[in-house]
Amino acid sequence: MTTAALSSAPPSKAALFEAKAVKSSARRNRLLSLPALIIIGIFGVLPLIIICVYSFLVAAPYGGVQWQFSTDAYLNFLFQRDIFDDTLQFTPDFLIIYLRSFLFAVVTTVICLLLGFPTAYFMATRPPAQRNWWVLLITIPFWSNLLVRTLAIMFIIRDEGLINNALIGLGVIDKPITMLYTNFAIQLGLLYAFLPFMVLPLYSSLEKLDFRLIEAAYDLYATRRQVLWRVIIPLSKPGIIAGCLLVFIPALGAYVTPLILGGGIHLMIGDLIAQQFGSGRNWPLGCAQALILMAAVLVALYFYVRNTSGKVQHG
Amino acid sequence: MVTIKTGTHLPTRAGSLNGVIVPEQPGKNAIEVRGVRKVFGTGENQVAALDTVSVSIRENEFFTLLGPSGCGKTTLLRLIAGFDFPTAGEILLHGQDIAPLPPFKRPVNTVFQSYALFPHMTVAQNIGFGLEMLGKPKAEIEARVAQMLKLVKMEALKARRTSQISGGQQQRVALARALAPQPKVLLLDEPLSALDYKLRKEMQIELKRLQHETGITFIFVTHDQEEALTMSDRIAVMSAGKILQVGTPRDIYDRPAERFVADFIGETNFLPGTVVSKQAGVATVKFASSATISAGYPEGFDPTGEVTLVVRPEHADLVPDPAKGTIAGTLSNIVYFGTDTHYHVKLDGGGENFIVRHQNSRSSAVTYETGVKVGIQFEEDAARVLKD
Repeated sequence: MTTAALSSAPPSKAALFEAKAVKSSARRNRLLSLPALIIIGIFGVLPLIIICVYSFLVAAPYGGVQWQFSTDAYLNFLFQRDIFDDTLQFTPDFLIIYLRSFLFAVVTTVICLLLGFPTAYFMATRPPAQRNWWVLLITIPFWSNLLVRTLAIMFIIRDEGLINNALIGLGVIDKPITMLYTNFAIQLGLLYAFLPFMVLPLYSSLEKLDFRLIEAAYDLYATRRQVLWRVIIPLSKPGIIAGCLLVFIPALGAYVTPLILGGGIHLMIGDLIAQQFGSGRNWPLGCAQALILMAAVLVALYFYVRNTSGKVQHG
Repeated sequence: MVTIKTGTHLPTRAGSLNGVIVPEQPGKNAIEVRGVRKVFGTGENQVAALDTVSVSIRENEFFTLLGPSGCGKTTLLRLIAGFDFPTAGEILLHGQDIAPLPPFKRPVNTVFQSYALFPHMTVAQNIGFGLEMLGKPKAEIEARVAQMLKLVKMEALKARRTSQISGGQQQRVALARALAPQPKVLLLDEPLSALDYKLRKEMQIELKRLQHETGITFIFVTHDQEEALTMSDRIAVMSAGKILQVGTPRDIYDRPAERFVADFIGETNFLPGTVVSKQAGVATVKFASSATISAGYPEGFDPTGEVTLVVRPEHADLVPDPAKGTIAGTLSNIVYFGTDTHYHVKLDGGGENFIVRHQNSRSSAVTYETGVKVGIQFEEDAARVLKD
């Protein structure tokens, strides 16, 4: 409100009341977000600051840190200091684990997308009354703990497990196929764990799709394949983006699945970081590894979002 | 006693209706629907949306499917477009049965009621979509899109998203998109229903112009009888999955084949009477007041006993002397409409009020007041006996 407006014509009571109401409701809305902000601040931002600080310190012999500045943790990520002459030698061990984890996460995301899209499309094209039942079915895995479910997979794929016993019983094979503690086992576990996180956002996107647009595309000489690529996929992009993020990021940091199904032989980033705080007794290295992972994810996200959004617009 | 001779002509009903074959009129047929049935649902929930419909639509014709909602007009359009497949019967496009073909193999395009424009494309991309799917070269697509943009006067907005333009503009884009691939037949599913009155009037003229300029057969679905009458070359009136009558707007309005058609299109007075005698398509009907009238009736209908006569409000006239009218009553209400005036007459024999419509002119010879006794005279050919 300007002074000129005040002096020439005082605003009506109604206008004043309205302005006040808008202001107070804005304040109220800010208050509503306060509890969540406090929780994020204490349990999200503060630990991140601690991790950041610890990554620049020196490891104490029995875990914990010594308050002494050092960039060794970051150097140790790629190099190892020679015990005799203190020269740095390139050791790609950690890098390989990182790259392998990325590969696992990418494969998981792609396969989840390929399996999840038809599933979500099927659900979205059911009669409205049936759809909620399908959503309920998709969420059934969430009713029990991931650890328990992963152990169950172990019992299915181990040498004396359900699959091998069945195949031997049927006479298809005479020696069990080793599946447990292999890359295959990790991949299977990741797919199983993250598929619902792909299906649900895809479904919510496809459910909002105006199916008359599909008819319009058919009418305009688009074949089924063209309808898929030119209409359905572009219009369900928000769901595809959300689903990919929800699968890729947690898959990259997966801990329980590779630990149990990989048997500690085939490590992923999550297990590597956990090791530094356990048997490795190198907290700064663990912190540095966690931050490097975070930076890598942020960079990947930046490019992903830049390439996929912007072209999409909701009608 | 006044006896007016009416309805000496034979009704003209083109095409074949419910098995009644009437000689075809000249002109090649763009679409021929032959004995098409469409049943939705299974078992006890079966509903026949279309009950053995046959109709021929000529080339370059503006053909309208008119009827109340749920009469099957949209179902018939969807069968022609290929979104649904008929339970029985054939749909011929220039003599070739297209009923089993998917929509993308039919040279037929649709303007949807909701427009169904692609929200992730610009106006120009929307218009070019059909040509692109047909695999036309890029230069040809661009030229055709430019031509279509000009045709619907949307050149200035070609780079806009479809969500950034108004309803009327979306309508134009939908039209341009459907016309761009030069279909043999354009299907329009109540395309004007979402527009406000003024814009609708504008688009009605625009549609007629586009049909004239492109020379494409238009099949137009509407429930708005005024729209159908003003725009169509021919109209098919539908009800409960059947086509009741096919004809020019004039045929349909002046010589309705059934009571439903007369009631659905325009205002109509219904008068009860008794058939006294009949010959050669003309029946002599007696009113309760013992006045008689000659009235035509449609072919294939044999009026006997108690019947209903229909008379359009503008085909009747008031006379100050009750004795001079065919029927008489008391003027109960006068409603002024600007261009014309409606006189509501409470008939002596009882029943519904009879409405007489008078066009207003600068000098009205007689002025009436409510409460006075008046007579009602019918113009020649005004009354018809119709099937209930």
